[in-house]
Amino acid sequence: MSENMKRIVIEPVTRVEGHGKVSILLDEQNKVKQARLHIVEFRGFEKFIQGRPYWEVPVLVQRLCGICPVSHHLAAAKAMDRIVGGENLTPTAEKMRRLCHYGQVLQSHVLHFFHLCSPDLLFGFDADPAIRNIIGVINKFPELAVQGVMMRKYGQEIIKATAGKKIHGTGAIPGGVNKNLSIEERDSLLKDLDQMMEWGKGAVKVAKDYTMENFDMVAPFGTFDSNHMSLIREDGAMDLYDGKLRAIDPEGNKIFDHVDVQKYTDYLLEEVKDWSYMKFPFIKSIGPEKGWYRVGPLSRINTCDFIDTPEAEKERKEFMALTDGKPNQITLAYHWTRMIEALHAIEKINELLHDSDLQGTDLVVTGKRREETVAMLEAPRGTLIHHYRVNKDDQVEMANLIVSTTNNNTAMNASVTKVAEDHLSGVEITEGLLNHIEVAIRAYDPCLSCATHAMGQMPLIISLFDHEGKLIDKKTKE
Amino acid sequence: MESGKVLLIGYGNPGRLDDGLGPALAEAISHKKFKDVTVDANYQLTVEDAAEVAEHDVVIFADASVNSEEPFAFKPVIPKTVNTFSSHSIEPEIVLGFAYDLFQAETKGYTLAVRGYEFNEFGERLSSKAQDNLISAVEFLSKLLKTKNFDQFNH
Repeated sequence: MSENMKRIVIEPVTRVEGHGKVSILLDEQNKVKQARLHIVEFRGFEKFIQGRPYWEVPVLVQRLCGICPVSHHLAAAKAMDRIVGGENLTPTAEKMRRLCHYGQVLQSHVLHFFHLCSPDLLFGFDADPAIRNIIGVINKFPELAVQGVMMRKYGQEIIKATAGKKIHGTGAIPGGVNKNLSIEERDSLLKDLDQMMEWGKGAVKVAKDYTMENFDMVAPFGTFDSNHMSLIREDGAMDLYDGKLRAIDPEGNKIFDHVDVQKYTDYLLEEVKDWSYMKFPFIKSIGPEKGWYRVGPLSRINTCDFIDTPEAEKERKEFMALTDGKPNQITLAYHWTRMIEALHAIEKINELLHDSDLQGTDLVVTGKRREETVAMLEAPRGTLIHHYRVNKDDQVEMANLIVSTTNNNTAMNASVTKVAEDHLSGVEITEGLLNHIEVAIRAYDPCLSCATHAMGQMPLIISLFDHEGKLIDKKTKE
Repeated sequence: MESGKVLLIGYGNPGRLDDGLGPALAEAISHKKFKDVTVDANYQLTVEDAAEVAEHDVVIFADASVNSEEPFAFKPVIPKTVNTFSSHSIEPEIVLGFAYDLFQAETKGYTLAVRGYEFNEFGERLSSKAQDNLISAVEFLSKLLKTKNFDQFNH
């Protein structure tokens, strides 16, 4: 750290998945020089998985993270499809996996929206913290709080019906799936679907109304121009489970399009910085300075040409009309787009539950064996990349994972910097500053930790350092 | 007094050494097929667990602990109303609080904290001391689930 800078550290961030730490670097005039979000990323996974047989990988990777085990499970299964030459799945296998994925997207998005960020949206994030919390939501909007729980439960029931147990889920296997959906399971899921659709539409309205009613405050908050990246279907439709890569610049011009995911290293690179365990991916042709990008719901809505379900498409059009069809860069609009995607997931679940292919019995295919493979899917938080090499003895030799939160790494730092520049006054961590930084980070729904959670851990520590790096204040929240 | 429907939730990450104590305990108990006992296992507690908890008379939250007494500690849970949570850090008191706040359920809750020692690397094994503690905890819980005499712990 340079001698003429002060450092303020806020750790960990509450109401995001896992925990993180924020450092704000000040110059001699106490102006924000840079803000850094330090993320405790999982380490040692490659060692853990090395030497294990490839067919174990879709189960093993679920241990990476208790928040999104299904995304890792499906990404690893997609990778291992190619190892066994079984990437052209049977209709039953592909649709079972898609159903599982839409269930995962729904439950993840609604947890974030209803229980992590709704206090900010319903009360405003300048509201008294004594009111602006989940209990405040339960007291003032009890129906929304119950909806959040029941929608999440519905998503989990879909996962259970498609992936098996919550721990050690084995639904997806290399080249296919190990079960179909029984008529009883289908009917059980169908009976609540109309209710989910109604609640899904209501959730979009809450997010939309909040954004429009507070537009002057929301629009600049942690906002900046950026590139966006996601998978898209061959015809340009949003596709959360499969597709090819598209990246667009802040004006909406395509940087690359329909890139085969097997060739991602020709288009993306990762930069290492000495202050973070997490890498910083960027688009190779543009370079690290301006080539970073955003992923996740906002980016997916920005990059796709259309959504192939009617209700979500109607909402997408309304959203894109705000910016005359150009990419929307409003960081807090992640919430709105997240709910458009939740609605899309419900529509896709409806479509799939009425498809008799789910009761098919042709579950697995194999073909020509490969040794190296890349798989991508659009996890709730954004593009998830799994890359493996498997030797002739069927053992994993190399694993490289770029998780959604890593893809958003530079963008989250940019949002934190913007908020710190706009809201830091003096060298004190005020409740207001802390709230604003948390709101900005939370917009990305980052998964900041794949750490253990055993009882006795997880304090909130706030540290304040002077310009010489000396600790001058420390606050802890249990 | 005998309690009716019991829910056991064992949670933790079996890929992170002793953090897998909760699921390991759940698996051991599930094989015993106790009457009116539902056994669940997950990586962590989640908000929707409140809906399941609300359908039972008693819930037992089983987890690894970094600092409980050895070999385990069994204690009643007081429902807690919180301002904030994340799905990594949601705790038994909060799940129980949600069950009451959202579903008006008066489910009685207990924690079974099994002492663990090694957490900070990937690996699918329990340390030998954690394994011993697990055996003691399973023995204790098996006796309790036969009698369902939970009131003895309510003081």
